[in-house]
Amino acid sequence: MAKMSKIILTDTTLRDGNHTVSHQFSPDDVAKVALGLQGAGIDLIEIGHGDGLTGSSINYGFSKYDDFSTIKAAAEVLTTSKLTVLLLPGIGTVKALEQAHKYGAKAVRVATHVTEADVSAQHIKAAKEMGLFTVGFLMMSHMTDVDRLVEEALKMESYGADVVYVTDSAGAMVPSQVAEKVAALKNNLKVPIGHHAHNNLGCAIANNLAAIDAGATYVDSSLMGLGAGAGNTSTETLIAVLNKMKHDHRGDLYKAMDVSKDILVPILESKGLHLSTNHDSMMLGYAGVYSSFLLHSRRASERFDVDVRDILLELGKRKVVGGQEDWIIDIAHGLSTR
Amino acid sequence: MEKIKVAIIGPGNIGLDLLYKIERSPYLELAYMIGIQDSLGIETAKGKGVKTTTEGIDGFLPESDDVSIVFDCTSAKAHLYNGPKLKEKGIFTIDLTPAAIGPMLIPAVNLTDQMLELDNVNMVTCAGQATTPIVAAINAVADVSYAEVVSSISSKSAGPGTRANIDEFTVTTQKALKEVGGADESKVIIVLNPAEPPIYMRNTIYTRVKHTDLEIIKKAVEEMVLKIKAYVPGYKLMLEPIIQDDVVTTIIQVAGLGDYLPVYSGNLDIITSAAVNIAEKYAQRRAGDGKDV
Repeated sequence: MAKMSKIILTDTTLRDGNHTVSHQFSPDDVAKVALGLQGAGIDLIEIGHGDGLTGSSINYGFSKYDDFSTIKAAAEVLTTSKLTVLLLPGIGTVKALEQAHKYGAKAVRVATHVTEADVSAQHIKAAKEMGLFTVGFLMMSHMTDVDRLVEEALKMESYGADVVYVTDSAGAMVPSQVAEKVAALKNNLKVPIGHHAHNNLGCAIANNLAAIDAGATYVDSSLMGLGAGAGNTSTETLIAVLNKMKHDHRGDLYKAMDVSKDILVPILESKGLHLSTNHDSMMLGYAGVYSSFLLHSRRASERFDVDVRDILLELGKRKVVGGQEDWIIDIAHGLSTR
Repeated sequence: MEKIKVAIIGPGNIGLDLLYKIERSPYLELAYMIGIQDSLGIETAKGKGVKTTTEGIDGFLPESDDVSIVFDCTSAKAHLYNGPKLKEKGIFTIDLTPAAIGPMLIPAVNLTDQMLELDNVNMVTCAGQATTPIVAAINAVADVSYAEVVSSISSKSAGPGTRANIDEFTVTTQKALKEVGGADESKVIIVLNPAEPPIYMRNTIYTRVKHTDLEIIKKAVEEMVLKIKAYVPGYKLMLEPIIQDDVVTTIIQVAGLGDYLPVYSGNLDIITSAAVNIAEKYAQRRAGDGKDV
């Protein structure tokens, strides 16, 4: 089997996830989460109003904090990950992008409706001139056929886009449809192809995998799956699944989980949003442990003060089968004495 | 009354639509169609006995002596070249590009005698023509601190010029909402919708007002709509002003006349209609029929 291409991770907790908090992430929130994501190996970190630069409006909701104050805050902490912004021509302008660049943005995703790529020519060209890594983002990709999608993607490529995305803004696609669209772009474009999924049909991660199988190398996610509608693919789940499939990527599973649990959850709580992570149950799948072990493992984790993730990983390693809940105690105790 | 001679630079969709509107006008006569290559627009003009050139403005200027008004529907870049040359010739120029050398003119709001004495006026944008009057009407009675417009137009009606310069479109419209509409601050969002059959141009106008008497606002908007309908018959109030806190929401739709452009291109029709309206006022004034505009 040919060597699999490296998967480049884009986390959009601080942009698509901004929808979930009605665009209220503060510069301080952004700096903390961005720093955590960088530590977790995320390649591109997208921040800003959910509708992109200068999306703050009556129509979409006002940001509590100016776009540029949050960009500045992220720029102060990001060194290895690319600080990324979203720009929707018709809402944001090249001038706004210049501002974003001035305050430290290193990459931009220029987004248009899937049939309207030509409105992005001005912005993609300007972004490239500024030296920004530039992604073409074809939104609502489910609304057109493959031929038209290819035509529009080729336009973005011709303007200078470094990557072109099949963006499922409505979370309306199923894996076979994503695969068909990504494969068509892969066959017709020279630049890498990306996929942005929404979990509205519960297909987000499956769609990401279908995209990767079809040749996509850029994939989006957000911590805890935060994002518009049912949210995006969860970053933690994506990393777990990529690990299981032995894909090459820079993500660190535990660190991504920690950013969610220790940084994002408290920020959401402070905004009156009480969400819980799927981490423990995800670890069952990751480690291959019988699902009813979950609550027992949590209890053992508290009793012996060890990380529940480590218990589950060890259970998986030892290939325990259904009925062997008693092993949990043994393992947890063992871990506590290490 | 003798008709005033006019010329069109840019024989594209807009130019052709202007041609049909001018043909109907009791005050205007199309004397020249100016392009840079053979096209349907040039052929159509020729067929109607109109003089044409494919040498651009430089082909036209030596023969421009009897032309009083020029409609420029090329591009911002081309108008920056054309504008000064037309000024030198003393030709009243109606600029339908985003170049905006001259002041923005929206007939229902600021078509004054003074404007007609200038050498160059700018037609803003379709969204500007459609929404600024509503902002101006509300501002006059309720003092608008912030105006926000969301303009949806059919993909088919957005030509390559608009698509290549969507920033100019939003920025120019934003400027019109402030400078002509009277809003203290403004924001404009444009959305292209590819649905088939094509949608009519739809504009939602949000205004944040200092005086929240809705009845007065409604009356002002209704009067303004009538004023616009006089030169854009397809202009229609879809949602009369409603208010929540201090935010007034008004929705209008613009259908075209279907002269050359299809009816769904109300966004283009409103500009050509406004431009012809201005030219007619100019012609009436020149004819010295004594009527103020």
